[in-house]
Amino acid sequence: MNNNFIEVKNISFSYREYDGETTSSETSVIKDLSFNVKKGEFLALLGHNGSGKSTLAKMFNGMLSPDSGTITVDGISSADEEHIYDIRSKVGLVLQNPDNQIVASIVEEDVAFGPENLGISPAEIRQRVDEALKAVDMYAYKDFAPHKLSGGQKQRIAIAGIIAMKPDCIVLDEPTAMLDPKGRAEVMQTIKKLNKENNITIILITHYMDEAAQADRVIVMDNGEMLLDAPPRDVFSEVSLLKEHGLDVPQSAEIIHMLKDCGVNEEKLPLNVEECLDLLTKLINK
Amino acid sequence: MLSDITIGQFFPGKSIIHRLDPRVKLSLLLAFIIFIFATFNYFSLLLMVFSVFAIVLMTKIPVKLYFKSLKSIIVIVIFTSIINLFYGKGEPIWQWGIIKLTVGGINNAVFVLLRIVSLILVSTVLTYTTSPTQLTDAMENLMSPLKVFKFPVHEVAMMMTIALRFIPTLLDETEKIINAQKARGASMDTGSIIQRIKAFLPVLVPLLVSSFRRAYELATAMECRCYHGGEGRTRMKSFHLSKLDYISLSICAILFAGVILSNIFLPAPIK
Amino acid sequence: MSLLEIKNLTYIYGIDTPFEKKALDDVTLSIEQGEFIGVIGHTGSGKSTLMQMLNGLLKPTSGSVYLNGIDINADKKNIRDIRFKVGLVFQYPEHQLFDETVRKDIAFGPRNMGLDETEIGKRVESAAQFSGLRPDLLEKSPFELSGGEKRRAAIAGVISMEPDVVIFDEPTAGLDPKGRNLLLNQIYNYHKEKNKTVILVSHSMEDIAMYAQKVLVMNNGRAELFSDTKSVFSQVEKLESIGLRVPQVTAIMNELRKKGYDVPYGVLTLDQAHDVLKKLITK
Repeated sequence: MNNNFIEVKNISFSYREYDGETTSSETSVIKDLSFNVKKGEFLALLGHNGSGKSTLAKMFNGMLSPDSGTITVDGISSADEEHIYDIRSKVGLVLQNPDNQIVASIVEEDVAFGPENLGISPAEIRQRVDEALKAVDMYAYKDFAPHKLSGGQKQRIAIAGIIAMKPDCIVLDEPTAMLDPKGRAEVMQTIKKLNKENNITIILITHYMDEAAQADRVIVMDNGEMLLDAPPRDVFSEVSLLKEHGLDVPQSAEIIHMLKDCGVNEEKLPLNVEECLDLLTKLINK
Repeated sequence: MLSDITIGQFFPGKSIIHRLDPRVKLSLLLAFIIFIFATFNYFSLLLMVFSVFAIVLMTKIPVKLYFKSLKSIIVIVIFTSIINLFYGKGEPIWQWGIIKLTVGGINNAVFVLLRIVSLILVSTVLTYTTSPTQLTDAMENLMSPLKVFKFPVHEVAMMMTIALRFIPTLLDETEKIINAQKARGASMDTGSIIQRIKAFLPVLVPLLVSSFRRAYELATAMECRCYHGGEGRTRMKSFHLSKLDYISLSICAILFAGVILSNIFLPAPIK
Repeated sequence: MSLLEIKNLTYIYGIDTPFEKKALDDVTLSIEQGEFIGVIGHTGSGKSTLMQMLNGLLKPTSGSVYLNGIDINADKKNIRDIRFKVGLVFQYPEHQLFDETVRKDIAFGPRNMGLDETEIGKRVESAAQFSGLRPDLLEKSPFELSGGEKRRAAIAGVISMEPDVVIFDEPTAGLDPKGRNLLLNQIYNYHKEKNKTVILVSHSMEDIAMYAQKVLVMNNGRAELFSDTKSVFSQVEKLESIGLRVPQVTAIMNELRKKGYDVPYGVLTLDQAHDVLKKLITK
């Protein structure tokens, strides 16, 4: 049986800019990209600004269509206009700015917005909204006005709004870029919980390496192409390659990488303080 | 902060008034406004005024907050009332030069004052106890017969919902931009009118640009959440009238009947 | 005499409303000419409030701010001059761009100062250079620029006033690692070459450790710590009790030191750690 939830096959995409009437310039943002996402997987898409990752995000749920190639979601082509609402309720998209994706002035009414659009019965919407708010730990705030909440809380409301549509997969396009460390931690914790406990497939688009390090698998994008596709530890062991492409690695990995000049040649680099400490004590005592 | 201004703000609660169907509240507000101005003698006026005060107390929202909503307008109300005081017809009971005080004038002043204060209070009750979303939903529901005439009821209601949602956000943003330009030496509160309007461009342009950006992102987010207009859309909070609503409607009907009867059978000092 | 002296500064938001909140609580500190100060603390710790008081955007509830020995709030008429001397780059400064061309936008501050056209021109060019903005972008509309370029243009709009102190409130928010490093280097070079005082507010301990000479830790409206970077980042327990952390490399080196290895205190950057570890491993 094929357990790929999303299949991306040879997709390309370019933006066209029209200056006046005739001259147009084309910027290629995605070039012949292929990969699959398994059901229940936590995938991080890492890349710097302009690497094509936000464009890709909008393709998973049919907001944008590739110029060539196909994206299949649970067996349905994302270009299939007839099933577009099926796809959008299966693959929810959370955007960067929490302020600009909250529609209603009351938290629970905002969370209800998606299911309302799907034409679900009021009693079931009520149940879904309560469950979704509990899943993101915001049930206590259901009667609040969104503008009174912190950034991290608002982003969790946005996630609840997606969960209430009962999606199989959530795509998050840099959900923490505008948040402070506390908000970032809250959102990351929520994402991981949804992945583990509710078995929701997660595609997290980010340029924070510490967030990508928490995923099962990391795809590194550069200029619309795939640079790496591997588990986080393997990805962050490619220190020079990542740095060349304007990306960061955890300091714990980088310091070991820097020690190459005194004969340290570790294949897998440590991703956190504890791992690094163990390795260093071993190296020093050798 | 700018977004903390209270006028037209909702205070969540569990009082009887909070629990009323917003359609009932909205309709009753209209009825109250009509009947407050249809009081032609002291009995009916006091009936309405006491009802309004009773309703205010029933919302269980601190009375202090109602004073706040009155504060901004009370000066105008008192001023209007004082003007009315000296414009009564009939025998003057006190006169000083051209300024004369008549019974009619006193009546006018009292009526103007109490009517407008009641009007503001009862409207405030609606906005304090009803969430903006509930309010727009109620309007959408009450106006839905207009769909027959191709009036875009759902679209108008959605626009209002979004406007209400973004007012505090845009107020905060305005404050931020003003501060950012002030930090570059902009001065917005000196100079002639034209200079001041010109000085506001550095605030208006970024505000417009950001509003367009927000609108674009919001549209994307709404599409991602399967929004496709009002067709086939359900609501989590569907309206159904409860016992409480019927009781409130009945009580108000009796109240209005009282006003009508007293207008018919009691002498009217106000025409 | 210090460049900036903050004395018993207190600020209360929304006095006599249900939203009343003490944002700053009796803060006293002084900042010298030419220092690079890092400011850390949670959202709501009072750091943004403090920054807005340094250029008179907010008036203190009590206490004073002295610039070169003069109380900045003493004379209302002088407040604009204060703002030209203490430049403030807000978070997401690109949201303040408004003029037809980038050049005109950067010139907004200098023009408000009443400088003559040649001086304005000189300042725009130099500010654009310091913030890493390509000269050909000056004639474009600010709305045609990319996100990173917009941010640079907005920063140039403050630097062009050539203030004695520049405050950057999270200048790298939303930028990717490459853009972040470039911008921070530019800020550092500006500080070095012009010998200007820079105050950098950031959530990134790594960035603060890399650039700042002194660090101010804000917590609940109070100046919890204000000292040289090394000693601030060696107070791990204190920082953790506030919910802040130290750079990862500092944490690693602190742990090694605790285990009895020959590691000096206050290792802040990868390069410093590299030197120390090199000696330990090759020994």
